[in-house]
Amino acid sequence: MVTFTLNGQERTFDGDPDTPLLWVIRDFEKLTGTKYGCGVAQCGACTVHLDGTPRRSCVTPISTIEGSEVVTIEGVSGTEADAVKTAWTGLDVPQCGYCQSGQIMSAVALLQMVPKPTDADIDGAMAGNICRCATYHRIRAAIHNAASSMEG
Amino acid sequence: MTIQDINATRRGFLAGSGLVIGVAIAPKMLSAAPTGVHAGGDPALAPMNAFVKVGTDDTVTVLAKHIEFGQGPFTGLATLVAEELDADWSQMRAVHSPTDNKVYANLMFGLQGTGGSSSIANSYEQMRKAGATARAMLVAAAAEDWKVPASEITVQKGRIKHTASGRESGFGAFAEKAARQTPPAEPKLKDPRDFVLIGTELPKLDTHGKTNGTAIFTLDITPDNLLIAVVAHPEHFGATVKSFNDTEARKVQGVVDVKQVPSGVAVYADNTFAALKGRDALSIEWDLSKAETRSSEELAADYRKLFGEKGLDAANNGNVDDAFKASGLQTVEAEIVFPFLAHAPMEPLDAVFIKADDGSVDIYNGAQFPGMDQSVAAKILGLDETKVRVNTQLAGGSFGRKAQFGSPYIQEAAAVYAATDRSRPLKHMWTREDDIRGGYYRPMYAHRMRGAINAQGQITAWEQVIVGQSIMGKADLDETSVEGASNLPYTIPNLKVSAHNVQLSIPPLWWRSVGHTHTGFAVETFVDELFQKIGKDPVEGRLALLGEKPRHAGVLKKAAEMANWGSPLPEGRARGVAVVESFNTFVGQIVEISVGPEGAPRVHKVWCAVDCGVAVNPNVIKAQMEGGIGYGLGAVLFDAVTLAKGGKIVQSNFHDYRSIRINEMPDVAVEIIKSSEKPSGVGEPGVPPVGPAVANAWRRLTGAPVRQLPIVNIVSA
Repeated sequence: MVTFTLNGQERTFDGDPDTPLLWVIRDFEKLTGTKYGCGVAQCGACTVHLDGTPRRSCVTPISTIEGSEVVTIEGVSGTEADAVKTAWTGLDVPQCGYCQSGQIMSAVALLQMVPKPTDADIDGAMAGNICRCATYHRIRAAIHNAASSMEG
Repeated sequence: MTIQDINATRRGFLAGSGLVIGVAIAPKMLSAAPTGVHAGGDPALAPMNAFVKVGTDDTVTVLAKHIEFGQGPFTGLATLVAEELDADWSQMRAVHSPTDNKVYANLMFGLQGTGGSSSIANSYEQMRKAGATARAMLVAAAAEDWKVPASEITVQKGRIKHTASGRESGFGAFAEKAARQTPPAEPKLKDPRDFVLIGTELPKLDTHGKTNGTAIFTLDITPDNLLIAVVAHPEHFGATVKSFNDTEARKVQGVVDVKQVPSGVAVYADNTFAALKGRDALSIEWDLSKAETRSSEELAADYRKLFGEKGLDAANNGNVDDAFKASGLQTVEAEIVFPFLAHAPMEPLDAVFIKADDGSVDIYNGAQFPGMDQSVAAKILGLDETKVRVNTQLAGGSFGRKAQFGSPYIQEAAAVYAATDRSRPLKHMWTREDDIRGGYYRPMYAHRMRGAINAQGQITAWEQVIVGQSIMGKADLDETSVEGASNLPYTIPNLKVSAHNVQLSIPPLWWRSVGHTHTGFAVETFVDELFQKIGKDPVEGRLALLGEKPRHAGVLKKAAEMANWGSPLPEGRARGVAVVESFNTFVGQIVEISVGPEGAPRVHKVWCAVDCGVAVNPNVIKAQMEGGIGYGLGAVLFDAVTLAKGGKIVQSNFHDYRSIRINEMPDVAVEIIKSSEKPSGVGEPGVPPVGPAVANAWRRLTGAPVRQLPIVNIVSA
């Protein structure tokens, strides 16, 4: 039995302890904003915040998160999350949209750590998130816009 | 989110709907629905036209006949409707239309389908007429109610007005009354000069749900009691199951069943992880007797053997053979080999099957050809087509992957479902490994080019031989193998293009921009090499041969202007040019590169000019150019699916089938040529020019022509 917090609510899981957090979130908790893209931590579509830092949920066995706080796209909130979502909408960043939950979770974590990121900071924080539609040009601009909006 | 929630949401969405300008939208489970449609809705409403619904809450919902997977049809089709309806953009919504090969046909295909960058092109008049029809019916309803002549009523930004009497209303109040009006036989369309929405940067309708995790894709449909199924596939194309042992797989907690299906061995489980773990625990012996056992290298050698043989004529202007015999010529030759490419959309292929109480089945999937999926699934499930409803879902990309004649993916998924007793809903999904190794690739091609330059420095002859699979499965010439080459835009007096079709057990498919993925590269790099040989500027040289192609010339000039072509460059940088027409859209691109950290090109900037006729939504057009550039660039720099010695597929996931990432994405500037030509597509045409433009810059920077893709392989070799 694993006990953890999901978007502020206490949850338990008593299935196969090897089950990746991704499938617990999607199949058992039925929160589907977090996506499957590769299963091997190569694409970042499954990015969640685990105790405040971005984590690839597809390679995180549920047995390793006892007592942890998990935040998904459905639960992410605060100044940085609001700024990122507003900037994403303002530039119409998504195309197919499938990877964008993961992109947003990585971008929010970046701004929480580095409120005014440089292009190199963005490369460092976002290179783990693949977008096959290649919306990268707008992702970069949206992160800069989000950072600027938080300054005021 | 459960399927019940989804249905509840849909009912909520439709509740309060007034005007359904549409086919009979039958309620769920109404087996008498004439078209197999089951989109819910209020059966009391009269059907009128298939594409527009006006709600009593003033919302206008467009039923999009084209799937939304990022290329923008929800927004584009809604823009066309809103323009003629004189709606306010804030009241517009879009959903996928039901499946109906007649009512929702792609007017270029003759059946319902999305592809060939045709969504706006084939819908331009149809959707405007749908909007104009709805407007006329709303006006007629208002005229009747207000007892004033319809001709005195104006509509602007979603408000219906009669100035003389001072009356004004939104659409919702007249929705139900409008639904009872006779639609005009031939609705009058606006003069393009009067457009207020078309041509403006309207925000996309699907952005909101894609920024907060609420957008539902096929993989997100999770009804209660759902069974998850995955299939173990072979690592060789053409291999079949000889025998398998499922003892260990069945021991995995959550695995429910294991069955052999035509494409492999299916594992059924209560959750996704159990299904995957069960599949890993299978032991399967494959029969390779009919499998492709040649390596990519051996295939390329076999392709090259065909260069000298008589092929299928694709173009034969002037007399190439004589032209090459003239004296005082310089000749240039090149062979270019293109690898298999996987589409690798972010959402791997998936489908959900749910049996209704009457035995009919709902399929939820990212259906690019929904009518075909319907008939293929019906046959496998042993049901009449009217008992299978394909409910098109948002899809996490496609790039051509889901546009398959004969719906082979749905064949597998339906076979997996048909092997159950159908008492539980079933989700069939592919993993990334299934996707990369699943075939239906952009085929491998080999090109041989020969060019002749006379003493005056003119290109007098061009010969091109193209060897590869026919995507259309044709025995004679397949236009998709030679498009962009057989209709070479450059004026060269002697032109010969021929093709050889190759038969392989590796299934081929179109990949974003189809033949132009290779012909664009071959033509644009070779012509550039010829210009370099004769000392001509790549922009001036092209323009001199594009006298009969003003739209090619237009985008090239614009891109050159954007890039300030000819201005001095920083040390270690070079620029490359390419211009390609595809799907009646013209794109010119100029790139600036340096040698990057891996010794491969680092692309810093792309200037892109596009002429797609009337620009319906410049925001979407720019996004498609940006994305197309990234998609094309990633493939040219990094990607190949290769077969090892013995025919085993080498790549399996994003670690060895690399996707371009944000740190590799260039800055992109896009300008749209102002045009009054009919609108043409933008989903694919951004892709072809970037590869050759990068290769041209690379050759000018390093002296090395790119003869084999991906580029990263040749620089690391």
